[in-house]
Amino acid sequence: MQVIPTKSPIQFEREQFRRNSAFPELWQCLDQVKDPEIPALSLWDIGILKDIKRQGNQASVTITPTYSGCPAMDAIAEDIAIAFKEHGIEKTVIIKELSPAWTTDWMTDKGRNQLRDYGIAPPNDVIGGHEQPLNSDSQVLCPQCGSGDTKLLSEYGSTACKALFQCNSCHEPFDLFKHI
Amino acid sequence: MTSSTETVNKQDIIDYAARLGDDAIVIGHRLSEWVSRAPFVEEDVALGNVALDFLGHARMYYTHAAELSNEQNGTTDITEDNFAYLRDERQFQNHLLHELHKGDFAYTTARQLLIDVFNKHFLEQLKKSNDKTLAAIAVKAAKEAKYHCRRSQDWTLRLGDGTSESHERMQLALNDIWGYSHELFEVDALEQRLVDAGIAVDCTLLKADWLKEVTAIIEEATLMVPDQDWAVSGGRQGYHTEHLGHLLTEMQFVHRSFPGAKW
Repeated sequence: MQVIPTKSPIQFEREQFRRNSAFPELWQCLDQVKDPEIPALSLWDIGILKDIKRQGNQASVTITPTYSGCPAMDAIAEDIAIAFKEHGIEKTVIIKELSPAWTTDWMTDKGRNQLRDYGIAPPNDVIGGHEQPLNSDSQVLCPQCGSGDTKLLSEYGSTACKALFQCNSCHEPFDLFKHI
Repeated sequence: MTSSTETVNKQDIIDYAARLGDDAIVIGHRLSEWVSRAPFVEEDVALGNVALDFLGHARMYYTHAAELSNEQNGTTDITEDNFAYLRDERQFQNHLLHELHKGDFAYTTARQLLIDVFNKHFLEQLKKSNDKTLAAIAVKAAKEAKYHCRRSQDWTLRLGDGTSESHERMQLALNDIWGYSHELFEVDALEQRLVDAGIAVDCTLLKADWLKEVTAIIEEATLMVPDQDWAVSGGRQGYHTEHLGHLLTEMQFVHRSFPGAKW
């Protein structure tokens, strides 16, 4: 029998890791904590949440920064600590892990759909695949109208992780979450 | 890069990480000076984001230097801020090219081309460092450097092969800064010790590839690689141009005026 995988191995591995955790309630709790820059996405769905450990009323959370200069990191650390307070955790230590470096491949399928609904094209919506570098001819599915007739306006959008595009069909500008 | 890090003087690694942090913070600050002054709003945002990437790199390098300093001194209170805000001009060891003034948009583009292409090659090598933290920083930073490179290349082509005015300004900028590029490929005694230990990158080996790539872009942009024989150096020893002092004054002012301020 041939098994046809419906998920990327990377995502499967992440889900396995989460399922095997001894603290499922804490993972669930952090599903409520969103990326302050993109409030549509939880820390889990964007892929920066790596590990959670608890010892009595103390916990440690391992996260990987998206971009090295990402200013959202401090706010995220604060939001995690606040969310954990409700679970009786007095002290939360945030461990920032640099290696392996964060990649958009860690973003969940749910996260990609939420991103699109929010008006930001996920990295996999680049027509022809995101492996080639972006250029002025790059085409991305417009998250507003679904047209593939778009143009690149700028390699950097509202944050370092995005590029700015405009749709030639509906004329709306939109951000693409760049593959990294 | 095979030998062990056991025999290495920890202070050397601290100094090396701080140097890399100095390069990143100084160019990051220079780029941030474009915010609200770029030719148009998308470019304003782009320059701000690239500046932020460099600031992020600086924080990682400085944090590494701070952690090693704490280990060495048996302290816990040395942080990235000590390196960024509490050192004077002569203690900064960034390359001079990074600190030169902001200039016009062509000047910033030309400088960014030379630095971004250099960084791309440099970080590829730093990924192999025996110092695990430096290698991890390089993996992360290299992903961003790829985007920086593309942006600088794109702008070099647009300006060089653009109007006669933009062409002329790009050529002038290249002529002005070319003599500062040679310093990027120097290795002093400190770095040589770390190169021998497999920790630092041997920058002397990067020049050929860098020159080849930069030359191809410059020529495609209908510009000329400056035919000059002057070279300036000294940044790694703490000898700077007149530009760094002004930059540090602005960057360090708040921290030094209100020590420990929080908001």
